[in-house]
Amino acid sequence: MTNVSRIERGGGEAPPIEVRDLTMKYDSLVVMQSLSFSVGRGEVFVIMGGSGSGKSTLLQHLIGLKRPAQGSILFDGEDFGAADTTTQKRALRRMGVLYQNGALWSGLTLAENVALPLEEFTSLDAVAIGEVVGLKLALVGLRGFESYYPAEISGGMCKRAALARAIALDPDVLFFDEPSSGLDPISASRLDDLILELRASFGTTIVVVSHDLASIFRIADRALFLDIEEKTMTALGSPAQLRDNPPSDEVHRFLTRSSKGLP
Amino acid sequence: MALIAAVQESTTALPAQAEIRRQGAVLVAQLAGEWKLEHATPRFDGLVEGTAGADGSGSGPVRAVGFDATALGEWDSSLLIFLLQAEAWCEAQEIEFDATGLPVQISRLLALARAVPERVVTVAEPRISRISRLGRSAQSAWQAWLEAVTFTGAVGHSFGRLLLRRVRMRWRDFWVVVQSNSSGALPIVTLIALLVGVIIAFLGVVVLQRFGAGYYVSYLVGYGMLREMGALMTGIILAGRTGAGFAAELGSMKITEEIDALRTLGVSPIDHLVLPRMLGLFVMMPLLTIYADFVGIVGGMVVAVTLLDLSTTQFVGGLLTAVTLSDALLGLAKSVVFGLIVGLSGCMKGMQTGSGASAVGRSATSAVVLGITLIIVANSIADWLAALLEI
Repeated sequence: MTNVSRIERGGGEAPPIEVRDLTMKYDSLVVMQSLSFSVGRGEVFVIMGGSGSGKSTLLQHLIGLKRPAQGSILFDGEDFGAADTTTQKRALRRMGVLYQNGALWSGLTLAENVALPLEEFTSLDAVAIGEVVGLKLALVGLRGFESYYPAEISGGMCKRAALARAIALDPDVLFFDEPSSGLDPISASRLDDLILELRASFGTTIVVVSHDLASIFRIADRALFLDIEEKTMTALGSPAQLRDNPPSDEVHRFLTRSSKGLP
Repeated sequence: MALIAAVQESTTALPAQAEIRRQGAVLVAQLAGEWKLEHATPRFDGLVEGTAGADGSGSGPVRAVGFDATALGEWDSSLLIFLLQAEAWCEAQEIEFDATGLPVQISRLLALARAVPERVVTVAEPRISRISRLGRSAQSAWQAWLEAVTFTGAVGHSFGRLLLRRVRMRWRDFWVVVQSNSSGALPIVTLIALLVGVIIAFLGVVVLQRFGAGYYVSYLVGYGMLREMGALMTGIILAGRTGAGFAAELGSMKITEEIDALRTLGVSPIDHLVLPRMLGLFVMMPLLTIYADFVGIVGGMVVAVTLLDLSTTQFVGGLLTAVTLSDALLGLAKSVVFGLIVGLSGCMKGMQTGSGASAVGRSATSAVVLGITLIIVANSIADWLAALLEI
């Protein structure tokens, strides 16, 4: 194998994420059912839908925070929910998550936040960890902010610092929960650039939960639409394709930002 | 001479390898194998030190460092770290860093890492002399005192407006505090008060029996519980339990901007959040103290009756003869003050919470420390005044 990053790898391998007939519930309330899709390696895959449609809940299922009520989620061909703790931990090591509010640990500096997963999962010494931390913060444009605490920086910077933490271990799959929420258009666009750059450079598979149309059209290779009324996915395809040939009125309204036809 | 650094790993993939050799005026680093964070990888400075001619001796000066990545396998940030080390070395030697032989993705990532941050950060910590540090401490202590007085004044003002019916009291919060400090606090108050009563009685039995005055143990238990320990222990328990709870609750509301939301609606957070909590404690503290007094005396009585030749009637008789109503009232008056202290310190620290989750923890801790300290100080002042006034 010559000169390969993960983007050129694969071909015949199991998709990094495969969802089979998933049903999600809150107690006895069905949130979504009959969800089946897979995410290709190096793909930017967006989960979209209206508020309360279960996008973040689906993300929580994908990262193993919630167990499927029915169906299964396969990570690199292995059932994540049924796997033993060691396998789950190994899978988690290969995932990075950027939470909606960043979720940086407020008692730690930015450098300590990024260093923590490296200390936890690698045997790198302090010098090497410091170098990786410096690199990751530099990649997200936060060089020089190592000693800052989350409370001392802006929301956009917090998000980028959280992204630095999420990519600390060079994950195969990155999950983003509403990355542009609470950000001004420039910061949101900058974050989109970073997402695309990470995919292009590291070949990272990226799953984004979003209802920000500008961002969806810019970054998504494919998008999945969760319909709150139907309680299932009603569209899967490239955003432009879905906009031009919408499979339902709800998808059309969502992608054209229209409320026509609603009571 | 070329130096080969290869880190042997027990994996089947070829480990990260880097070999530096001189080609004319250029040092070429040949990269091969799989570069992964979890495995050890070569360091550029270590490699270049052992490379013949790297320092410019022999074949003339080195003008650039280049790379040959044709044998490079999978890579991650560990390779970027190596390249950044190479770049730093080039900067130090004032020679060119030639990235043309690297895959395009790596060059782009290096460019991204080199990008100038949007804002230049200067964290210049000015040197502070001891005197100015002392001055700053005094200033912040004075500021804290002013804030405490202002907060107490605001609560007093709010209470006055409540009496004039200019405040809509949130009775739900009031009853939550009453409930949490009645049935919720009873187990811990019972346990502590019982044990304190037992301890006082043990102390009395041991000391008073030496002088043949064992009978007066009932006086010691009654006097000790009613005047001092009942109110004091209840105050300390509530400072740790309720005061910390108030600080954490209000602190969380502060960092989630709920308090700002009240202010922007024109609702006073003191009226809305602090007053019901203060009043709840104001009501419950004396009641809990009466209960603690009773339980403590019962605990003392059990010890006295068990260890001394005393009957229950004799113990109660001795207690009623010696202890006066003013002893009990002094304890109750103290409990009211302690209740106010716990409520004020808990609510004030909660409202002063900074930002971030750790600030909530700090607020809760400082509410407990402040509450207990003020309770002890207030108790000492009350005892001193009681002695002066011969109560």
